Amino acid sequence: MSDNLQPLYTPIKRRSFFTYAGATALVLAGCSKDSDPTTSTPGTISLGAGDVGVLNYAYALEQLEAAFYAQVVKTPAADFLAGELAYFTQIAAHEAIHRDFLKAAITKEKVGSLLQDLTPIFTTINFSSRNSVLTAAKLFEDLGVAAYNGAGILLKSQAYLTVAGQIASVEARHAALVRDLLTPGSFAADDQIDANGLDKQMTPTDVIAAAQSFITQQLDASLVGK
Amino acid sequence: MNFFQIIDQLAAVDPDVLDRFDSRRAVFNSLGSVAKRTALAATPLFVGALFQKAYAGTKSTPAEVLNYALTLELLEADYYRLFLAAGTLPAGADTAAITQIKKHEDAHVALLTSAIRAAGGTPVTGSPTAGVRFKPSAFPATYAGQLQVAQVLEDAGVRAYKGRAAELVGTTLLTTALQIHSVEARHAAHIRRMRGQQPWVSNGDDLAAHPVYSSGVTATPSTTVTTAGGTFGIPAYTAPSPAENNIVQVGLPITTAFGTTAPNYPYSPANAAAAFDEYLQAAEVLDASRAGGLLA
Repeated sequence: MSDNLQPLYTPIKRRSFFTYAGATALVLAGCSKDSDPTTSTPGTISLGAGDVGVLNYAYALEQLEAAFYAQVVKTPAADFLAGELAYFTQIAAHEAIHRDFLKAAITKEKVGSLLQDLTPIFTTINFSSRNSVLTAAKLFEDLGVAAYNGAGILLKSQAYLTVAGQIASVEARHAALVRDLLTPGSFAADDQIDANGLDKQMTPTDVIAAAQSFITQQLDASLVGK
Repeated sequence: MNFFQIIDQLAAVDPDVLDRFDSRRAVFNSLGSVAKRTALAATPLFVGALFQKAYAGTKSTPAEVLNYALTLELLEADYYRLFLAAGTLPAGADTAAITQIKKHEDAHVALLTSAIRAAGGTPVTGSPTAGVRFKPSAFPATYAGQLQVAQVLEDAGVRAYKGRAAELVGTTLLTTALQIHSVEARHAAHIRRMRGQQPWVSNGDDLAAHPVYSSGVTATPSTTVTTAGGTFGIPAYTAPSPAENNIVQVGLPITTAFGTTAPNYPYSPANAAAAFDEYLQAAEVLDASRAGGLLA
């Protein structure tokens, strides 16, 4: 939604506006600035603009995380310590749920705007090595937390802001666990939390740049939230 | 909840209802599509905040939202001060973890205090003997008990930030609040493992029945909080927030909404609940059964 909607409703007598709100909502939906993911530059997939763009952005990251943990669970490292596979099995389910939830939310929000299924590239990850798996997991989880923290301000819908927060803190719990498994006591270490006690936050463009090497499709996050 | 029906009924008795909303655009922003209306129906938080702003005398300002956060951070910081002074913490990893967590809570206190001043507000204050602080008589005697209270405080903090983030939409304070929110979640995850619990809120938690993880309060809470000689407004309590074992998000039953065919589906209720942390409204957090009961 944006300023260009102003003329749409100002002429309507305010008192009677909500009588027509149902119909108006449909008009507004039709006028949404949210654009479909389109090929902006050759071979690049735009995540889209507005709230749908933010949701597609989150969906891209959750697809990546879900695919990663599915592989971790499918081919568990032989040197996992006791209890670690059980943790990853749960995290795999959480991420798959986030992926499916966002897919449903985007489809409900705007038909035809859903980001395609992404093809992950995990060739740099040695799934038979505990250390390699934990290092990758730490990267994905800390990146996910920073992504959600930076994306909140891009959301117009307060309902989606709340639900994004509901997912974000679960990602932070994953991140803390994975960090502790890799380096005990590093759940909120100084390399991640600054002197003001703040976690990281990143723009969609920076997050996608950091994640791009794990995704076959070239993604363009430049319109997300705009 | 049929939001439009409520608005229609209000308009019938109160022609000025729309003028009471402080920003008509804010309403439009959230009612832009049918899908969003559906989403809103599952979000009493938003509707409650909207009507509180429309009808209550205390319209929450960013400074008031931050004073609420500061109250909880002061409580946490003082709690960890007592925890470190209690002499129960094993040396090494346990002491290092609680020291690191206290460092963050102290930083949050300093940051929020200056942010409230910058927003033109008066920050609440606390010290070991006055103002916002942990109730000494509620401090547990055993290490296990002390860790338990730490878990409850951290998980309550995670729920509390979620509960008011929507009021900061459109301000850069939102990003700061989210950056604190995820740190609290990291703390909670670590303390939970120190207690032998899952790092995420799990249906199998030993504290699953604690009010911090359930929903609703029985009291009729005030819309103002007076503490440490200061007063700040909070949104009126409308409907109970979801309990942490909730498995329906934005109207979608998470266990079965995406498929029912094995082996990937359906999702278990435990995973469906753990994949989403729930919010808690200010009045619920400040209730005597939760953080309110730990304030001196």
